[in-house]
Amino acid sequence: MIESIVPNHALPVGSKGHLASGWWGMLALIFTEGALFAYLFFSYFYLALHSISQWPPSGPPHLGIAIPGTVILLLASVAVWWGERGITRGHPRRMIVGLVLAILLGLVFLGMQGVEWHGEPFKLNSGVYSSLYFTITGIHMIHVIVGLLMMAVLLLWTALGYFSGGRHAAASIGAIYWHFVTFIWLIVFSVIYLVPRLG
Amino acid sequence: MLIGGVEALLIRAQLARPNQTLLTPEQYSQLFTMHGVTMIFLYALPVLSGFSNYLWPLLLGSRDMAFPRLNALSYWVFLFAGLFLYCSFPLGKAPDGGWFNYVPYASLAYNPGPNIDVYALGMVLLGISTTVGSINFIVTLARTRAPGMSINRVPVLVWGTVTASAGNLLAVPAVSLAFLMLFMDRQAGTHFFDSVAGGQPLLWQHLFWMFGHPWVYAIVLPAMGIVSDALPVFCRRPLVGYTAVALSTVSTMVLGFGVWVHHMFASGLPVLSLSFFSAASFVIVIPSAVAVFAWIATIWTGRPVFTAAFLFFAGFVLLFVIGGVSGFMTAAVPLDWQLTRTYFVIAHLHYVLIGINVFPVLGGILYWFPKVTGRLMNEALAKWSFWIMFSGFNVAFFPMHILGILGMPRRIYTYSDHLGWSTANLVISIGAYFFALGLLLFLVNVFRSYRHGALAGVNPWGAASLEWSTSSPPPPYNFAVIPIVASRYPLWEDMMDEGPERSSVGTGMLLDQGRETIGTTALDAEPAVILRMPGDSYLPFLLSLALTAIFVSALLHSPWGVGITALCTFIASVWWLWPQKALGQMPTLKTQEQHD
Repeated sequence: MIESIVPNHALPVGSKGHLASGWWGMLALIFTEGALFAYLFFSYFYLALHSISQWPPSGPPHLGIAIPGTVILLLASVAVWWGERGITRGHPRRMIVGLVLAILLGLVFLGMQGVEWHGEPFKLNSGVYSSLYFTITGIHMIHVIVGLLMMAVLLLWTALGYFSGGRHAAASIGAIYWHFVTFIWLIVFSVIYLVPRLG
Repeated sequence: MLIGGVEALLIRAQLARPNQTLLTPEQYSQLFTMHGVTMIFLYALPVLSGFSNYLWPLLLGSRDMAFPRLNALSYWVFLFAGLFLYCSFPLGKAPDGGWFNYVPYASLAYNPGPNIDVYALGMVLLGISTTVGSINFIVTLARTRAPGMSINRVPVLVWGTVTASAGNLLAVPAVSLAFLMLFMDRQAGTHFFDSVAGGQPLLWQHLFWMFGHPWVYAIVLPAMGIVSDALPVFCRRPLVGYTAVALSTVSTMVLGFGVWVHHMFASGLPVLSLSFFSAASFVIVIPSAVAVFAWIATIWTGRPVFTAAFLFFAGFVLLFVIGGVSGFMTAAVPLDWQLTRTYFVIAHLHYVLIGINVFPVLGGILYWFPKVTGRLMNEALAKWSFWIMFSGFNVAFFPMHILGILGMPRRIYTYSDHLGWSTANLVISIGAYFFALGLLLFLVNVFRSYRHGALAGVNPWGAASLEWSTSSPPPPYNFAVIPIVASRYPLWEDMMDEGPERSSVGTGMLLDQGRETIGTTALDAEPAVILRMPGDSYLPFLLSLALTAIFVSALLHSPWGVGITALCTFIASVWWLWPQKALGQMPTLKTQEQHD
């Protein structure tokens, strides 16, 4: 009967973990951001395939900075994951430690990217490859910065005592975004740094 | 839309006679570009989003969208993006590269003014609005349906809008990226589209149409949904083949992502790829035909009531068939080579866009006007405006097919008088003004009926869906009691008598502790959580103001401005998201209340 759909137990109220609308909203945002990167990679391969000269013009990019950078981003993701697990079990302190670690690692990653940008023999306007290189890594860096800002705000809120074992939707939402940024970096790393070495 | 229409009338005034000099070529270029931009980006989708934003919570038996404040943000950003694009007009710096803005016409070397920069930045800004709105629709569908309204019971308009939204989420980044690259090419010295430095002008076309074609479906599928929901009401029977229509909606969009190259048949791509995309474009006829036959069967087997709204919907079906056939013709590569860049294409796209978007929208206005205002529109006047618009439309656009076959190219600001195009052009211009007259009558009707229309009552059409169970106009919270749904047509259950189960609109969950609505599971719509809704707020307005300021600074080449406004955007976002105790969970769980 129709009444059977109405539960006879009490329902939770408010933004609860993965039941929060914000969680769903973030998944949708990640979906569209993922599409943005897909179009970036499409542009990269399209222009690479139509290139008549050597691709990349100055040989495949060096891995000396990129590989440690990748490891650092992965570690930052682990730190966030560990901190978020902490808050779901009611340990705000673990969350704070995890966030601080992740923010520091993220800043190191940004710094290393800056060093790498500075050391490149080409500039943004040198040619089509350099345009792509700086645009793709640059857009990813903007995502890292947004992620860092999110985590800084979450850190503040955790320190102010807004989150607890029962109330942590915002923390979970921020964490999934950070994992997404890391995941995208793995693809950026494969496309920009690894694929040119295959041929 | 009205501004876009006036632009069209100016264009037609110019083209009515050969060798006219009403407009200069530059003005003409800006006019046809802004006409396209306005109608396609600033009218066609937003009008459907407006419908859906108002109707969704009513159709779904909910109190509000999942993110009411995102809704406001989407609206404000849209408004500012529109103003951003239009502010350039009085200065003579409006976009002038056509609405699809091909490079190298749009590159700095050939178009040095700020016109194209305005378009590029405005479109990225508009993309943000579209994305935010789409996310809201998707989460709303997944989360806030009335208990019992499982996914196979939602109205077709909901299917149309959610399909369009998912498509937008996938497609809008393509155009935002393309415009970002173009802006960088023009202002930062990159070489994405610069063939001299190894870039590819065709990349622009690929990215633009990867977005552009799904977008076409995004602006027709919700309109088709309006028809699928409202037409059956006037045929006094349920829609024939609900499942087939819903699935064809989704499959049209899926296929829509695989046909973008049919806009580029004449660009010298390999024959193999042309054949593939031509075949994919033919395949898209199948889901469209499913929908058309479903509507025809609904009319055929129903007992139609010939109201003005019915006329608009039936007129739509006819125009859809004509637009579809001319689309089918241009999907064939050899024919497309003959017809592309001629008035045949103009005829096709106006049949599609006006036929499938404007006619259902006007029908939808007639249909839901009593729900929104509590008053009915004047039937006789509405019928007059339908017949004037319908005949004006065909007089205006049908001859364009013939002009196209005669070889008249699009986007010319005048033509000489011995090409044999003069008569047809005069007829077209007269038809266009006739069409505008019909629209004017319709508007007069709207304003008159708003004040003096007959009172409508709760359900003037005897319709089946949930919005007709609440008062007209509905209270701000839509439903005092969250309805419980047992079938696809909750208000027709007694008439149809298909089973013992009955929906319940007077009895259900009450939720009387302030702004709350029910959160349900995604597929079966079982209640899962009670969602607390935020109150009115100025923050979306402030945030969109800050966002717009970023784009204005970028247009003025001010890195400092961009930095400062980005900081403002960040502050506004944090303020917005600041945890509020009132919206959070309450420590104790709430118990259910039954209400009679």
